[in-house]
Amino acid sequence: MRIRTISRQPEQFTRERSNDLRKVHRNYEPSLHPLANATGYSRALTAVKLDKIFARPFMHDLSGHMDSISCMTKNQNHLKDIFSGAMDGEIRHWDLASRKTVRQFHGHQGAVRGLTTSTDGRILVSCGTDCTVRLWSVPVAGGMELNDSFDHSSEPLAIYVGKNAFWAVDHQWDGRHFATAGAQVDIWDHNRSEPINSFEWGKDTVTSVRFNPGEPDLLATSSSDRSITLYDLRLSTPVRKLIMKRCRLVFLQTKTNSICWNPMEPMNFTAANEDCNCYSYDARKLNEAKCVHKDHVSAVMDIDYSPTGKEFVTGSYDRTVRIFRYNGGHSREIYHTKRMQRVFSVKFTCDGSYVVSGSDDTNLRLWKAKASEQMGVIIGRERRNHELKEALIKQYQHLPEVNRVIRHRHLPKPIYKARILRRIMLEAERRKDQNRRAHSAPGSMPVQPMRKKRIAAEIE
Amino acid sequence: MGLISMQTNSETIVPSLQLPLEDNNGNELDPKVKKYLRGDGANLEKLKDKKLKGQLAVREQLYGKSAKAAAQVEKWLMPSEEGYLEADDLEKTWNIRQDKILSEVDILSSRKPFDLVLPDLGPYTIDFASSGRYMIVAGRKGHLALIDMMTMDLIKEFQVKETVRDVVFLHNELFYAAAQKKYPYIYNRDGTELHCLKEHGAVLKLQFLRNHFLLASINKFGQLHYQDVTMGGMVANYRTGLGRCDVMQVNPFNAVVGLGHSCGKVTMWRPTSAAPLIKMLCHHGPVSAMAFHPGGHLMATAGMERKIKLWDIRKFEVLHTYSGHAKTLQFSQKGLLAMGSGSRVQIWKDTAGNQDYSRYMSHSMVKGYQIGEVNFQPYEDVLGLGHSQGISAILVPGSGEPNFDSWVANPFETPKQRREKEIHSLLDKLPPETIMLDPTQIGTLKPPRAKEQLTKQEREAAMEAAIESAKQGSNKKKTKGRSKPTRMQKKKQDEIVKAKRPFLDQQLREEQQLLNKKPKLNEEVQLPLSLQRFARKKAT
Repeated sequence: MRIRTISRQPEQFTRERSNDLRKVHRNYEPSLHPLANATGYSRALTAVKLDKIFARPFMHDLSGHMDSISCMTKNQNHLKDIFSGAMDGEIRHWDLASRKTVRQFHGHQGAVRGLTTSTDGRILVSCGTDCTVRLWSVPVAGGMELNDSFDHSSEPLAIYVGKNAFWAVDHQWDGRHFATAGAQVDIWDHNRSEPINSFEWGKDTVTSVRFNPGEPDLLATSSSDRSITLYDLRLSTPVRKLIMKRCRLVFLQTKTNSICWNPMEPMNFTAANEDCNCYSYDARKLNEAKCVHKDHVSAVMDIDYSPTGKEFVTGSYDRTVRIFRYNGGHSREIYHTKRMQRVFSVKFTCDGSYVVSGSDDTNLRLWKAKASEQMGVIIGRERRNHELKEALIKQYQHLPEVNRVIRHRHLPKPIYKARILRRIMLEAERRKDQNRRAHSAPGSMPVQPMRKKRIAAEIE
Repeated sequence: MGLISMQTNSETIVPSLQLPLEDNNGNELDPKVKKYLRGDGANLEKLKDKKLKGQLAVREQLYGKSAKAAAQVEKWLMPSEEGYLEADDLEKTWNIRQDKILSEVDILSSRKPFDLVLPDLGPYTIDFASSGRYMIVAGRKGHLALIDMMTMDLIKEFQVKETVRDVVFLHNELFYAAAQKKYPYIYNRDGTELHCLKEHGAVLKLQFLRNHFLLASINKFGQLHYQDVTMGGMVANYRTGLGRCDVMQVNPFNAVVGLGHSCGKVTMWRPTSAAPLIKMLCHHGPVSAMAFHPGGHLMATAGMERKIKLWDIRKFEVLHTYSGHAKTLQFSQKGLLAMGSGSRVQIWKDTAGNQDYSRYMSHSMVKGYQIGEVNFQPYEDVLGLGHSQGISAILVPGSGEPNFDSWVANPFETPKQRREKEIHSLLDKLPPETIMLDPTQIGTLKPPRAKEQLTKQEREAAMEAAIESAKQGSNKKKTKGRSKPTRMQKKKQDEIVKAKRPFLDQQLREEQQLLNKKPKLNEEVQLPLSLQRFARKKAT
């Protein structure tokens, strides 16, 4: 006869001294964990509700400007630096950690329209409606925390004067050139007072310009004739142009206000459009948008990608900031406050965890990129708990009860109403299209997806 | 399914999964991995959406990995090993007596069995806490005792001076409920009466649903009550309508309550439906005992007509029928089946793995002792017996789960850990709606419904189309006289009528159905004038 029974030495399962760690044993046998699905589901529901409770995205507002903020830029070399330019010609250098102005740059006579920093972060380039481009020296980070005195203005390194007002400026990601947009696209070098190259395609004003993060010589611009144009500095003429269709609805323009390249997939860019949508394009294939991001109820003014390339933030004339996934048709998040007015400029910080918005009410606002993220140092157990919650939510997000809580956002009344109105108008347009199609010769009006609908022509 | 667990305690060591993974033993692990996979993966072949396909493929890979990691844990990191009893050539395991077992096992195990003779206040019923550490004992004549099974200490003993029919632990050993003469009561560890649950009435059997914090009871009149012990609300109160019933068990797999009735029926209940989920005729006489396998697919029932049956409760079919009588039945964590009748306990085992149970052990008490209840101690190889002359415990090697999960039930729990776990289990409390026959359905989506009936317009359009096609039908040129215009016209009309017919028939049938529908009970039915004087007058 062979026999054995379960016998446990208590010493093996309890701790010896009170400052020892407690012993934990796991057994994943399914029969010991009955109702695992139900437990997971109820935990996911709790987790998603807790997420909602802890969603406090607004961190701080940075006041100081005397006029509405027109443009912002981040310093690629310093995590907590941000520069903002206002309509009255004032440029401020903010320290996000202390939420204070570090330095002011005076000199522009009219509105500052564009701001950018050089690759090494030493030089700030600004341009404005006073037909000047100004280069400013930015002090190295080390010294400035010590001295946080408020008034610390400095003189520009150089002033370059152009013929027309400038609307935007952007610096190469890797190189010594920067481009300004205005009546034409000018390419400048730091040390030359005249542009080294100029591009022109059509007569309309170019309103925004962005360099490609992967290919330093490639840039995209948008102009007020509803076009997006690609340029290559190595060629003497523009490469490619995309023209958006004039929209049938009178109130909707289809001008592109701003462009941002996806830093992780540098062949793709997203354009913030006046018709409330954002359009993601593949630069190699402009005859069709990759994705249309809808949700804003008024013109989208500015756009910026997170450094992860997985999501981007948009600021809109409807006084809200929204965060979209790079491939999602609808926004993941909407930020608004009672006091925030039209948002003209938004930026993701370089670590992708905050969003800065500059608006008409002269304030910069600092938001969390994930509304319910826990701030401060997170210990391992907390982090694991957050990870577990995220995984649970992801697992059960398709169930109606969970999805309802995930999707729900409180909207300000004007936006809520505008959304309904917009939906009615779009529905009417769709119906009209349908009727036209029904009463015209079969095949003469093919159904076009939204990705193609607004595109008029692609010109090489 | 991922392996879901909350990290609870602050001072813990979780065994790390970073083990040398060898690929050559993959085959050996396969059945174990399958156990943790909980169902088949999605069929990716059928999907057309490439994006979804990619996402699902990643997800499936993750599930596979986590199942494999769990199987590795089982292989390498389990501290204890399962018990067993194996006989030599001619010996039979069921002939091995307890005293012989006792002489063979180690000293810690030999301290576990006992015989407590309490002749005055019996017969006794017993219940174990979920960790197996504590036992509550109730004598019919009002004797309640709480015993720590690890140290064999009597924690509290008191006399309620009233009939006690059943006793059950709530979520931890601090609280227990006792079904007394008129009402069930809830006591705490110190024997203080906390609540009197008057709504339940004179309760015969009590059961506690751990994940839902529901106390289920069946009373003398066959009424089933569910009470939420956290908030105190009565969740459900249903009449079974099948008379007095004193056989009640909870299926641990899905928390469905099973009741065995005197008409031979077994019914299964959940708190959110007033009618039983399942009503099955199991025996041709009263059901005397029933038990559920922890895996959730086996049920054992015993009837007064000396039959013991094993049921597959996925298909609701009988698997095996044995002859024998059992006053009480119980499955152990490892699937041994204990049955008690008279003064004799038998333990059966599924040796071949095909649900065909056969004799494994047996034990006889002193003649004249009537065994009222058998109950396996969780995480131990011990079977507790409540009988007319007291309580006993015997060793049953191979009955208990050797490795406990500290987050689920921990026999070595400290008060601090117990407090933490109480909070966490309250946070994870499941709503009563999650009790259903197949709990794996939770978290899945409903398949799309088949297309409903055609709408009126669609039907009309179909009819129009049929008529059109009938009109278009070619008219063959026939011989003289048969293709006269009048004749052709008539023929065409006939065709149209023929095409219309099925649609009109369908419409007529539906209208008829509407007319034939029973008028609702609350609608006043106007009697003919001549009969109105016979109608029952309403009290005004």
